[in-house]
Amino acid sequence: MIKAEKLTKRFGNFIAVDAISFDVAKGEIFGFLGANGAGKTTAMRMLCGLSKPSSGEASVAGFDVFRYPEKIKRNIGYMSQKFSLYEDLTIKENIEFYGGIYGLTNKQIKDKGKELIDMLDLQAEANKLVRGLPLGWKQKLAFSVAIIHEPKIVFLDEPTGGVDPANRKQFWELIYETADKGITIFVTTHYLDEAEYCDRVSIMVDGKISALDTPSGLKKKYNAKDMNEVFFQLARNATRSGD
Amino acid sequence: MNPITLENITKTYEKGKILAVDDVSFSVNDSEMFGLIGPDGAGKTSIFRILTTLLLPDKGTATVCGKDVVKEYKAIRGMVGYMPGRFSLYQDLSVEENLNFFASLFNTSIKQNYELIRDIYIQLEPFKDRRAGKLSGGMKQKLALCCALIHKPSVLFLDEPTTGVDAVSRFEFWEMLKRLKNQGITILVSTAYMDEVTHCDRIALMQNGKILDMETPNNIIKSYPEKLFELKGEKKHKLLKDVITYQEAVGSYASGESIHVTFEKNQKTDAEIIKGLKNFLEQKGHQRIEIMATIPNIEDCFLSLTKTEIHG
Repeated sequence: MIKAEKLTKRFGNFIAVDAISFDVAKGEIFGFLGANGAGKTTAMRMLCGLSKPSSGEASVAGFDVFRYPEKIKRNIGYMSQKFSLYEDLTIKENIEFYGGIYGLTNKQIKDKGKELIDMLDLQAEANKLVRGLPLGWKQKLAFSVAIIHEPKIVFLDEPTGGVDPANRKQFWELIYETADKGITIFVTTHYLDEAEYCDRVSIMVDGKISALDTPSGLKKKYNAKDMNEVFFQLARNATRSGD
Repeated sequence: MNPITLENITKTYEKGKILAVDDVSFSVNDSEMFGLIGPDGAGKTSIFRILTTLLLPDKGTATVCGKDVVKEYKAIRGMVGYMPGRFSLYQDLSVEENLNFFASLFNTSIKQNYELIRDIYIQLEPFKDRRAGKLSGGMKQKLALCCALIHKPSVLFLDEPTTGVDAVSRFEFWEMLKRLKNQGITILVSTAYMDEVTHCDRIALMQNGKILDMETPNNIIKSYPEKLFELKGEKKHKLLKDVITYQEAVGSYASGESIHVTFEKNQKTDAEIIKGLKNFLEQKGHQRIEIMATIPNIEDCFLSLTKTEIHG
C-alpha cells in the first residue's frame, strides 16, 4: 500500500530524510517513530502528497508521489490528536463538512453520517457542539470522520495521547476493526507504549530508518524489556535535536 | 510539616455544573516526588492552579509550605516554582532573556542561583541567543524548568511537563527531576502517561475529579485484585472478539502487542486457567496461541480501579 525506495528530501545542504526504504502492506498497522527532528514529519508530508521528494521513489495507495500527489490526497485519511474536528460545529456538521471535503455526494454523506452516528452511539448528541464531547468520544469521532470516504490508508498522528485507559483500549479496537476491513493504518507517535499496538514499527534517527521490525522482534534484537528501551538505545546517539 | 496538604478540596466550573475536583485530600512529604496520574479532564490542572494560588477552591483547605493557599497566597508565590502544561515563556525573547526576566521578577539573578540550574542550563547555553519560540520541544521544556527553578523554590509544580516530548528527552527530564529531588526540593508532577509513574515515589491515580488510589507505584501493582494473563496469537482482532465471549474471564482488552485477560482470584491454578482458555480459543479455530500469567502494569491497575465496562 506504501512503497518507498531511497526516498530523500533535502532542504539546501540539509538532508531531512535520507534515502529511506520500506513497504507497508494492505491492512497493516504500521508505527512510524523517531525523535524530535529525525525527519518523521517531512517523510509523512511526502507520503501524503504535500511535499515533493528530492530523489528516490515512492507510491502510496498505488499512486506515484511525483506524478499523482492529488490522487494520493483523495485516497488517504488523516487524523491528528491535536486537531481534527471543528469544536464550534456540531457532530453532524463536522461529518457533513468532512464528507463534503472528501467529495462524497449528499446522499452518501447522509447514509454514511447516520451509519457513523449509530456505530458510535451518538444519536442523542448529534446536534450538539463537538466542544462539549468527552475526549474519548472526540477521538473516536475524529477517527471515524477521517475514514468516512473509505480511504486506502489513514495517517494517525499521536492518536491516543491524554485519553483514559478504557477509552484508549476502545480506540485501538476500532483501529483493529478498520485494519481488518483492509484499510492500512500509518501511526506516528512519541509514545512508545502506543507503538506496542502496531504490527510493525520503524524508528527514524537523523533522517534514516535505523530499525524496522515487529515490536517483539525489536525488543528481542535490542534485548530490551519494552519499546522505550529500544528507542532509547537507538535515539540516544542522535545528533539532531531540532523540531 | 508537609510541604503540600489538601483537605476536602472541591472545585466546580460554570456555576457548579462542571465538577472538576471532587473532595480531594492528600499530602506530600518533604523531598518527595509525588505524581498525579490521570487522563485529560481528571482534575489535575485545577489542583495545580489551586495550589499555585491562581484559582480559588469552592470548598476545603490547602496549604503549601505551611501557608494557606487563600489567605497567604502572596507568601506562597515567592516559594514555589510552577511549570504550566502549556508552554508559557516569551516566544520572542531569547533563552537568556527569558531566564533573566524570571530571575528579576523574583529579585534574583542567574548568577545567584546558577548552581541549581547548572546541569540543565549547560545543555541550553549553546542556544542562549536563540528565541524561545524557535527551540525544539525538549529544549523548551528544559528552559521552562530553568525558569521555574531560578528563584530556588522549595516546592516545584510541574503540570504535564513531558507531553509532546520525545522519549529520549523525557528520560533525561525525569533524571533531572530526580537530581532536584535529591537536593531537597519537593515535586508535584502530573502526567497522562501511565508508563511514567515508575519515576515517582508515590502516585495518586485520578479520574473525573476523584482520587482512585494513592500509594507507591509498586504497592498499587501489588494490590491488583485479579489474576492477569497475557494472550498472544496470530489474528489479534478475531482473538479479541472471541476472548470477550469467554464467560470465565472477568475482562479482556488489547494491551500493546498482546491481549490482557483477567480472572478472579479463586481456587483455580494458573495452569488450569491457561488450559481452559486455550481449549476455548482452539475450539474457535485459533492456532499457535501463547498464554502466560503476567504482572499488571499501571494501566491494568487503573482499569481495574475504574471498573469501566470496556465492551459496553
